[in-house]
Amino acid sequence: MKRQVESLVAWLEDRTGLPGAIAHFLDEKIPASGGWHQVFGSVAMFLFLTQAFTGILLAFNYAPTPGEAYNSLRYILTEVTGGRLIRGLHHWGASMMIVVVVLHGVQVFVFGAYKKPRETTWMLGVVLLLLTLTYGLTGYLLPWDNRAYWGTVVATKIAASAPLAGPYMTRLLGAAKGVGVVTFARFYTVHVLLLPPATMLLILAHVYLVRRHGVTPQPGDEALPRKPFYPVQVFKDTAAIFLAFAVLFTLAVAAKVPLEQLADPTDTTYIPRPEWYFLFLFQTLKFFEGPLEIVGSTILPGLAVLALFAVPFIDRAQMVKVTRRTVAIAFVVLAAIGWSGLTAAAILSTPREAVAQVDYSAPTNWIQLSPEEMAGIAYFRQESCASCHSAGSSVGPDLTRTAVHKDAAWMIRHFKQPAAVRPGSAMPPVALGDAQLNSLAAFLLKLTPENSSALAEAPDFAVRGAVVYQAGHCAACHTVNGVGMKVGPPLNGLAKRQTQSWVNDHFANPQKLSPGSIMPPYQLSAEDKKNLTAYLFSLPE
Amino acid sequence: MEELGCAPQAARSRRSRRGFFQAGILGLGAAIAAALGLPALAYLLTPPKSGQQDAWIEIGELNKFAAGAPLEVAFRRNRTDAWKVVSEKDTAWVVKRADGGVTAFGPQCTHLGCAYHWDDGRQQFLCPCHSSLFRIDGSVISGPAPRPLDRYETKVENGKLMLGRLETLSERRA
Repeated sequence: MKRQVESLVAWLEDRTGLPGAIAHFLDEKIPASGGWHQVFGSVAMFLFLTQAFTGILLAFNYAPTPGEAYNSLRYILTEVTGGRLIRGLHHWGASMMIVVVVLHGVQVFVFGAYKKPRETTWMLGVVLLLLTLTYGLTGYLLPWDNRAYWGTVVATKIAASAPLAGPYMTRLLGAAKGVGVVTFARFYTVHVLLLPPATMLLILAHVYLVRRHGVTPQPGDEALPRKPFYPVQVFKDTAAIFLAFAVLFTLAVAAKVPLEQLADPTDTTYIPRPEWYFLFLFQTLKFFEGPLEIVGSTILPGLAVLALFAVPFIDRAQMVKVTRRTVAIAFVVLAAIGWSGLTAAAILSTPREAVAQVDYSAPTNWIQLSPEEMAGIAYFRQESCASCHSAGSSVGPDLTRTAVHKDAAWMIRHFKQPAAVRPGSAMPPVALGDAQLNSLAAFLLKLTPENSSALAEAPDFAVRGAVVYQAGHCAACHTVNGVGMKVGPPLNGLAKRQTQSWVNDHFANPQKLSPGSIMPPYQLSAEDKKNLTAYLFSLPE
Repeated sequence: MEELGCAPQAARSRRSRRGFFQAGILGLGAAIAAALGLPALAYLLTPPKSGQQDAWIEIGELNKFAAGAPLEVAFRRNRTDAWKVVSEKDTAWVVKRADGGVTAFGPQCTHLGCAYHWDDGRQQFLCPCHSSLFRIDGSVISGPAPRPLDRYETKVENGKLMLGRLETLSERRA
């Protein structure tokens, strides 16, 4: 067996030279000071390959055009086996990649590894950092939900404000008439067609330069024997990769990545937020108003990038031990404090969502319920019915199965006087009006083991909105999910026809916005109006 | 690590140390490959949850069909294609059997999917592409067709014929 393997290796060596090349690569001698601090480059490369892998898997089920993109991603998240995991890996992988690339840069910076003759290695690294950020920027648009759309609107506006280049940048991004199909096509092309091969070539060049100049020695290394790269350093790299992967996998499994509603260019209430790693730029922008805005949007970031490129030419001093590089360390600490401060300020200044968001990446059984049944969920929660009637609780019966043998009239009698209808029942009477009890009974009749997830998943704004809908007797003129009268227009698909602000204003004075309407005015509290509008906008088409 | 004067022992400990690192690299690498590869295989190879069941389509009164005279009917149906619901035109060859029951054949030849038609003179279904011939019950008489004509699920409600899913023979047997 061993002889056969050896002869196969010998054959491969003779015909391709591959085993020798690998051996040569692994036997590279590294300085005695090499170790754990040099693992970041390998981890970044691993994350890049993982992103390529998960990205290709997503592309197998993804339609890269607006609208279709959203629907296909929703299909990946709700119907394809493992789709949620793959998307989670790709989403969190992007964030991890930024973190690791920055850590790699910080390590090189602190150790002074950019110094002569490694200036070009450093500059290529800066280009790779910029490419990583460009992946984040372009990939952000691809889900084509509200978050993606509005985040990209801001990004393209910033590009448009660049001095001189602004109008050209806008045209290059296909955003001359706002973010649209051309913008999407260009972002997608950059994300999947342009960046990946560019990144691979630059990584190759970067690694080639690392090999050409060798891993950077520390002062004192010249007196010590050099050690082989394999297996000890390779093991350290692998262990670090494994740790990073474990974190990534945990995030992908445990931290849900929401999918918001389909991008709505007419939505006037949406507050765009960039991805967390761009928040500091977003916050910087706030310090510069009016004509000074370009300072924050392009001049400062531009100067920062130039300064990064220039680092090896600014600091040309002799190599010293890392512990004596106090200026560099102080610089990194200051930058970290500044970055954290700006990011924290941006997070703290984020207003709470004006309009509640539905997570469309989860099953949405509740969307199919009628408003009366939805209102029933609100009362079910308000009266804490679940404390006795949850699955697995032995106090009250499992309500997902009662509809089979009990009707609404029985339930309502039972709600009012539990023990009178069911002798020995320990249930306290439900103190609600008849209309509310009707809703509760309607919901319980609809409840089955299959759709019981609706009870937990129906968002609070939607059930509260349904309560307002019921109280206003909206169903006397409108239909929702086919239930109600057809005097007024059906409310499914409202999101396609009107904006949220239009609907909000419409309640108080319908005739002002739709002349000839026979809808009576409704004086609703701001809270009720918000919940009702959000509920109506979450309905399926 | 390298004890003085114990060269063989030092060499052995160096070897086992090397073995530990090599095993570590292989083990951790394999764990990552499995954690990525297995979900990827499931993602690509297992069928997705089917969101919506295809609904029954109403074709029309049962008594408008005459026994022994296959009739091609056209209808529209919503088909769920992954994330899209497509409304498409479809047809079926409806045959009323002598026992009063109904069979509805899919409109494509089971050979290469050409549209076949009913030949009144010969009382056979004839595919123009490669001359496959089928009996009125869908079975193959001659030609390259590998299996009888595909059939729609059928049911009759209030005297109206309803069509369901198109099934191939193997599905029907299973």
